Amino acid sequence: MIRVEGLTKDYGSRRALSDLSFETGQGEVVGFLGPNGAGKTTTMRILTGYMPPTEGSATVAGYDVVTESLEVRKRVGYLPETVPLYTDMTALDYLKFMADLRQIPDSEERAFETLEMVGLDSRANSFIGSLSKGMRQRVGLAQALIHEPEVLILDEPTIGLDPGQVVEVRNIIREIGKQRTVLLSTHILSEAQQICDRVLIINKGKIVAEDTPENLQARLVGSERVSLRVRGDSDGLSKLLMKIKGVQSAHNAPDGSVEFQFAPGQDVRPLVAKTIVNSGYELLEMRPVGLSLEEIFLELTREDAHRGKK
Amino acid sequence: MRNIWTIARREYNHYFTSPIAYVVAFVILLTLGFIFGLVVWSSYQSALTGGGFGGPSTAPGVDWLGSTFNFLLMLTIPALTMRLVADENRTGTMELLLTAPLRDWELIVGKWLGAFLFILTILAITLVYPIILNSLEKPGLDQGLMVSVYLSVILLSAAYLALGVGISSLFTNQIAALFSTLGLFIFLWWLIGFPANYFQSASDLFTYLNTTSHLSTLYSGKISLSDVIYFLSLTALGLFTGTAAIDARRWS
Repeated sequence: MIRVEGLTKDYGSRRALSDLSFETGQGEVVGFLGPNGAGKTTTMRILTGYMPPTEGSATVAGYDVVTESLEVRKRVGYLPETVPLYTDMTALDYLKFMADLRQIPDSEERAFETLEMVGLDSRANSFIGSLSKGMRQRVGLAQALIHEPEVLILDEPTIGLDPGQVVEVRNIIREIGKQRTVLLSTHILSEAQQICDRVLIINKGKIVAEDTPENLQARLVGSERVSLRVRGDSDGLSKLLMKIKGVQSAHNAPDGSVEFQFAPGQDVRPLVAKTIVNSGYELLEMRPVGLSLEEIFLELTREDAHRGKK
Repeated sequence: MRNIWTIARREYNHYFTSPIAYVVAFVILLTLGFIFGLVVWSSYQSALTGGGFGGPSTAPGVDWLGSTFNFLLMLTIPALTMRLVADENRTGTMELLLTAPLRDWELIVGKWLGAFLFILTILAITLVYPIILNSLEKPGLDQGLMVSVYLSVILLSAAYLALGVGISSLFTNQIAALFSTLGLFIFLWWLIGFPANYFQSASDLFTYLNTTSHLSTLYSGKISLSDVIYFLSLTALGLFTGTAAIDARRWS
């Protein structure tokens, strides 16, 4: 549905995207992960026909984003990062306006249906300016869905929402993703894991990794990490852990807990627990430590540097 | 065409929720009402004294309506057009419009049409004055003059609104758009006529560029192609500037 080839975008002398290529299939939810300034928004703006690339080409639903921009725009629903809303219109009027621009017959009826879909039908006649941030985000999402687009492009759809609203918005996206192609950007790894079939990690305008969330994590995590906490003094605990067979490393964390690593598949946790208790410590907590996005980035950029040396 | 109408309708409705638009309508209608009162009063006086200088020469015209209306439009149109595109640039809603299936020129023409319809609404209200005058007078108003006076308001508002929309597209800040537009209008209305007195060789050119010279022809009841072309060219120039500004923004 989306095919990007050698996409490059320069803002003056600053290169925002360099030679970006990827493809997504129909009915796929693809997550676009990267730090701020990585080029996520730029890519999305090119794909939605907002601005042309400096070099390279992109097609959406079979249409070129530069030469057949209007055809692309008809088939894409887009939620920009700063949700574009007219605060002096009511939610219903705003969606009706968007439906009219999309030339949908019975625009008012469709506007109301879409509001129901995002759970805002009770606020249809409220001015957008009086809605909470979460509600505004949902109005923005409704605007992107109103014409039942083949491709949905969402720039940070859950940013700034409270946890309950995040769950709601994710459920809506997952529901849509069953039939349509969704490209969404995020910087929260767990979000990508929950809703995306595939993840593209982008850094400095380049794709640095592309895989399913599970594979990506497995590939990057060479060992499993566990954090544990005991009552009272934990001095000497890391030395004790290092003596246990299978523990690769152990060290005291600044917050008073102790972290240790072991190779995947060789779960030493029962042995560790037994050893600690037998040595007279009171074990309070033992939990796995997931790899954060920051660490994945460090990992990936380290891989890059490593390959560079070879 | 439907897209233009969708954009125009939103802008037109927006004026009825905007205090600036009410102030503009109020200022125009109040001033015209005041002058209308004076015109009626003076013709009533001259009727009492037996028809003034002998005969129907006291019949009041409607050129006062055109000249007052156009002068007020020159001053107030910048306030009506300043936010049209600049505000979309500022709030980020431009991203919404530029990714909707809408051509850049349709957006600009829609914005212009919304404002134009608003002025035409005010103009329609002012029709009560000539209708009253017409019933007060024995031979009635000069129909030809009335058409050319109303045409002068229609042409001037079309041209100046288009220039205002064009300038608004260049800015993200409404106030910057307001003063740039007002500056351009003062230039076209007044300043550009000056050099005509000093440069005899190019006198025709400066006079042609001056808005007031075309308006005074229309107030005298003459409708000439050259005047109509002047206003239509300015309209096209304004709409073209707006479209080009949006295009430039995409490529930046």
